[in-house]
Amino acid sequence: MRTAVPEFPEARLRELTDRYAAAVAAKRRRIWLGLAVLIAAALAAGWMGDVDLWKFAENFWRFPAYFASIAPTFSFSSAWNDLSEWLWGLPRWTLLLGDTLLIAYMGTLSGAICGFVLCFLASANLVRSRTIVFVTRRLLEFCRTVPEIVFALIFVLAFGLGPLPGVLAIAIHTTGALGKQFAEVVENIDNKPIEGVAASGGSWIQIVRFGAVPQVLSNFVSYALLRFEINVRGAAVMGFVGAGGIGQDLIEAVRKFYYSDVSAILLLIVVTVMLIDFVTERVRHRLLGLEGAGT
Amino acid sequence: MISFSSENQAAIVERYPEVFRPDWWNRGKITIGLGTAVALFLFGIAQLDIPFHRLSDGMARLGGFLRLMLPPDPGSWAEALKYLNALGETVSIAFLGTLGGALLALPVSLLAARNVVANRIVHFFSRRSLDTIRGVDILIWALIWVGVVGLGPFAGILAVICSDFGTFGKLFSEAIEAADKNPAEGVRSAGGSHLHSVRFGLLPQVFPILLSQVLYYFESNTRSATIIGIVGAGGIGLQLAEQIRVLEWQKVSFLILLILIAVSAIDWISGKLRFAIIGRRAVA
Repeated sequence: MRTAVPEFPEARLRELTDRYAAAVAAKRRRIWLGLAVLIAAALAAGWMGDVDLWKFAENFWRFPAYFASIAPTFSFSSAWNDLSEWLWGLPRWTLLLGDTLLIAYMGTLSGAICGFVLCFLASANLVRSRTIVFVTRRLLEFCRTVPEIVFALIFVLAFGLGPLPGVLAIAIHTTGALGKQFAEVVENIDNKPIEGVAASGGSWIQIVRFGAVPQVLSNFVSYALLRFEINVRGAAVMGFVGAGGIGQDLIEAVRKFYYSDVSAILLLIVVTVMLIDFVTERVRHRLLGLEGAGT
Repeated sequence: MISFSSENQAAIVERYPEVFRPDWWNRGKITIGLGTAVALFLFGIAQLDIPFHRLSDGMARLGGFLRLMLPPDPGSWAEALKYLNALGETVSIAFLGTLGGALLALPVSLLAARNVVANRIVHFFSRRSLDTIRGVDILIWALIWVGVVGLGPFAGILAVICSDFGTFGKLFSEAIEAADKNPAEGVRSAGGSHLHSVRFGLLPQVFPILLSQVLYYFESNTRSATIIGIVGAGGIGLQLAEQIRVLEWQKVSFLILLILIAVSAIDWISGKLRFAIIGRRAVA
């Protein structure tokens, strides 16, 4: 097939190039304007946040120096002894890490159950009453926005030191976060099964159980696993405020300048977190893959 | 109209046995899964020594705290101004931290994306170092930076930068890897170098996505920025932790209210901006 490339007369061509130049210039102007706003905001924020680049330049060497000082000392002749000295608290730390994982697990599970119950009340396609949806959503927002460590601080005062406030704090935060994500999933489901169950006379519970839950379950589990991953990190610092887990030992080591302990505990936390990330990612991919194969 | 009387139902069951037969394999899997989950939970209760007798006491005390929190009250105008100032600090920490983290993460994420740098070793190391940075919680970064630049919001900004660097690096590199490769190939075929193909074929595609992720994290960082004050890195968290420790419950609830308002305001703004950025792209 042959197509003729149109040859425009000079005047028309100039008009087109002018238009093009104007469009490009308008875009450039928008970008420059956006950049100017951004820089102005950054300067204002820098003034507000006491940014002191001079102090930063003066003290930056301390940052690598800190890592250098927490690094364990190894000499070639006594590498094994050095290693066992560095990880002297391994049995205790492993136990504490296990506690941390359990805190994250229990918090995630209880939070996921509460979020599961609440998410259906927060979905506008299942609940007629605007008030219930609004109130549930605000409740979830509250649980989500107040940081878990703030809940932990308050719960430590109410329940005493130990893992219990940590579990409760994570559970509440997870309820808010998962409740919102779950509700978003529920609002995007296919309405036909719901109408079907409603048309054959199902109660609200039956509509949810047979119309909504089968559609959303694999997504829910995937989100819950992702949240577990996040909660492991959260649980690792719960000890900073006395709410159990390995954080207690870490902040003690940092505050008392037990340098090699800091690096040992940090390493253990990072390795655990990476391991959990790896495992949950595998499981999540399988879950979502299965869902794709099923439909 | 067909009515499902009992004999009718029996006939249906007889005709389609496979529909009504219980699926033992699936049920077994679900039972085992749920059983393990419950068993692990009970094990956790035993292992962590959860004191149930303290639960009722604690709830009562918590109720007492809640009663004391109402109504939220900063105490005086001077205090309220101080708290507003701290809130400004927190928002600044979140803003500069997100900005800095994103700017630092962009080049590294290009290195970590398989379709930009094909070298497997570079890819592996950049990915693993990003993972390591992400494995360290923001509170720990804040602790470290407080030791370097001293107490105050500046340490908080640096902590948010560090923790965002890891997150953005991962998110950006995933977005870059998911990009359509046709425009980049087009640039190559028109004689562009590899850098040209990244600049004109890849970045224009992913830039709106990256921007929307950054805006999303700005909101979530405002939440994180409220807590790093607990270890002394400035912002409203410092005030909050202090007031909780001295049991000034009315001030605590006032501070929590401030945080709630600020976070939902930023959520609203960043949502609008994100819609504007992605919406314009969808139109174009």
